[in-house]
Amino acid sequence: MTRDEERLQELLEKQQAGLLKAADRYEIPSQPMPAQDAVRRRSNIDEVALGYTETQARLEAMRCLQCKNAPCVQGCPVRIRIRDFVAAIAEGQYDQALSIIRENSLLPAVCGRVCPQEVQCQETCTVGRKFRDVEKSVSIGRLERFVADRDKGGSLPKIAPPTGKKVAVIGSGPGGIVCAADTRRAGHDVTVFEAFHKPGGVMVYGIPEFRLPKAIVQDEIDVLKKMGVQIVCNFIIGRTRTIGELMKEDGFDAVYIGVGAGLPRFMGIEGEQLVGVYSANEYLTRSNLMRAYEFGKGSDTPIARSRRVAVVGGGNVAMDAARTAVRLGAEKVYLVYRRSEKEMPARIEEVHHAKEEGIEFHILQNPKRILGDELGNVVGIECLRYELGEPDDSGRRRPVPVAGSEFVLDVDTVIVAIGNGANPLIQQTTPELEFNKWGNIVVDEKCATSMKGVYAGGDIVLGAATVILAMGQGRTAAAAINEYLTQP
Amino acid sequence: MRIGDVLFQEVIVTYKIVSKKQLSDNVFTVEVEAPLIARARKAGQFVIVGVSDEYGERIPLTIAGADPDKGTIRLVFQRVGKTTAQMADMNVGDSFGYVAGPLGRPTHVEKFGTVVCVGGGIGTAPLLPIATAMKQAGNTILSILGARNKELLILEEEFRAVSEEVIVVTDDGSYGRKALVTEPLKELCQRDPKPNLAVAIGPAIMMKFCCETTRPFQVPTVVSLNTIMVDGTGMCGGCRVEVGGKTKFVCVDGPEFDGHQVDFDQMMKRMSAYHKQEQQAHQAYQEHRCKIGLDRK
Repeated sequence: MTRDEERLQELLEKQQAGLLKAADRYEIPSQPMPAQDAVRRRSNIDEVALGYTETQARLEAMRCLQCKNAPCVQGCPVRIRIRDFVAAIAEGQYDQALSIIRENSLLPAVCGRVCPQEVQCQETCTVGRKFRDVEKSVSIGRLERFVADRDKGGSLPKIAPPTGKKVAVIGSGPGGIVCAADTRRAGHDVTVFEAFHKPGGVMVYGIPEFRLPKAIVQDEIDVLKKMGVQIVCNFIIGRTRTIGELMKEDGFDAVYIGVGAGLPRFMGIEGEQLVGVYSANEYLTRSNLMRAYEFGKGSDTPIARSRRVAVVGGGNVAMDAARTAVRLGAEKVYLVYRRSEKEMPARIEEVHHAKEEGIEFHILQNPKRILGDELGNVVGIECLRYELGEPDDSGRRRPVPVAGSEFVLDVDTVIVAIGNGANPLIQQTTPELEFNKWGNIVVDEKCATSMKGVYAGGDIVLGAATVILAMGQGRTAAAAINEYLTQP
Repeated sequence: MRIGDVLFQEVIVTYKIVSKKQLSDNVFTVEVEAPLIARARKAGQFVIVGVSDEYGERIPLTIAGADPDKGTIRLVFQRVGKTTAQMADMNVGDSFGYVAGPLGRPTHVEKFGTVVCVGGGIGTAPLLPIATAMKQAGNTILSILGARNKELLILEEEFRAVSEEVIVVTDDGSYGRKALVTEPLKELCQRDPKPNLAVAIGPAIMMKFCCETTRPFQVPTVVSLNTIMVDGTGMCGGCRVEVGGKTKFVCVDGPEFDGHQVDFDQMMKRMSAYHKQEQQAHQAYQEHRCKIGLDRK
């Protein structure tokens, strides 16, 4: 028996005797996530975080205090009964843990990997609070992943008898998948329309393999298909058919719009049209969806062969782009972010992993212009140093430039990862829908739009959402659609 | 049966090539099964084509025509890289991995008066539906068709059918006038009354000089841009181009723009971003092709 197994055994015996105190639980060390070696993974695209062993999972679950008020549940956007599933893991009841998660989340293998737990469930965790360190909270996300990965699949949700109603789901990202599953379970005839040639949305084109293996997404898509959901790729709503046509001519009774991110934002600085300047969307899509990392070895989509790369931004997408650049062979990757590291919206784990992989963080710095040669290729990026001033509207201290602090980073590629606007296609082609001034669809608390029978969620509503928020809205919309379709 | 069920029959198409014609050494035209696109498309729009589902590249091609009754669209392409070489090797009965569209904003068609249509190389193909739509809207069409030589000139007859006048130019004088398209374009601009609109589609450099030609005459000039794209639906931003000092996206703001506002020099640099890699891929494909004997017809 290993030391950890012995420890677990002792704890279990103590618990059985009713002697396990909070103090004992505090003493269990936070279980580290096993990860692929940092040097080796720089040159492969395999998943970095390897997942807990059974012993680790149970030890981590034993750290949970089983608080009466379960603050973790309040921190979860879809209110998963976290305390209860963690208790089930501690008891070794993994199937039960999974079915508790499944009550509220359909994509535990995905969310366990990509949710920003430290600003959700783990932020409010009593254990983390006790140590005044969110990284010492119970690792709820890793536990969620643990039970999801053990699931062999096979059991399909029960489908109600056919209602004769038809639902169109636009976009096959996390919101679309959940909405399709929930409306299908109610017995409706469901079709998912996807613009790309592969379903999965941001989980396929955006989040890299090393953070979310595509096989996991494919499993979720396969479940949908087995449930009888029809998935139609290469179909662009607004262009191939409009929402109006789907409802008036094609017989769809309800529509969910989950089309995701739109046009990438650029900084509006000199040099952004140079060759070698990418939006993170483009860079990641080329690499993930189009497999540019296998260019010449099967894949036909090229990507810059970069030596030195600057990624601008501090979110998960920026980390993904920087770490992808490393894997594509860049010798040096800089991450330029205008606020301090504390303000970075990226998951802590991604920041750790990025640093381990040798990405050089340039915080409190911001590009002023991108420099090019006579052929229009990027040769450098001129940045300004910043310092933190007064708090702004978001409550974060506003970065202010330090006059005369310009300096140049020698790079041949710049990847801009500062967010997206709304996708304009639906707005251009659906005059009946109400949009706000940023081009996002206006919805009520049930995700209903201004058009009867049409619901929306995810990035197209929220601007920048996360997988879990999109999933939550897909679920809310599905409930509203099911209610709408059973009205006499 | 509900109409929705018909939709599904039409969705489950295989993007099959129903006819193929070689127009010149490297230029091909195919008719592809895509009933929904055939019905929805308007002049000026394009599709994204992938040869294979898993590894294929997504390339934008402007739609050169459609037959909604047959459920087919017509594409014209030039063999320049690996993907177009693969397409050229495909035959009637073969299927593309996918064809998605129609994408982009349709051409703004109204009665302008006299419209000069300038087509260069395979740009002549997407120009034809625009010339036809402009003619149907009551415009007088004057066409200028340019090619490097007689062999490469395409669609002359089709243009004669919709145009009041067709001027053919070739670089080497092997057919029509020995001139660049800008020469007759300038002459048409000098006429009184001058044309109300010019539409120029062809290589970027040709469109640039067409715009320089019409600018002093203040003849509004529409160009259709064919930049590098990945998704084609307004997500990746790879197709961006500077128009009137602002960043525009060819896939959702275009593909047609006021040519006098377009920064062509920058656009041309961006279009050559992958030149080296594309050449390598093309060369590797050609070598592979020789080995398996595809070139022995």
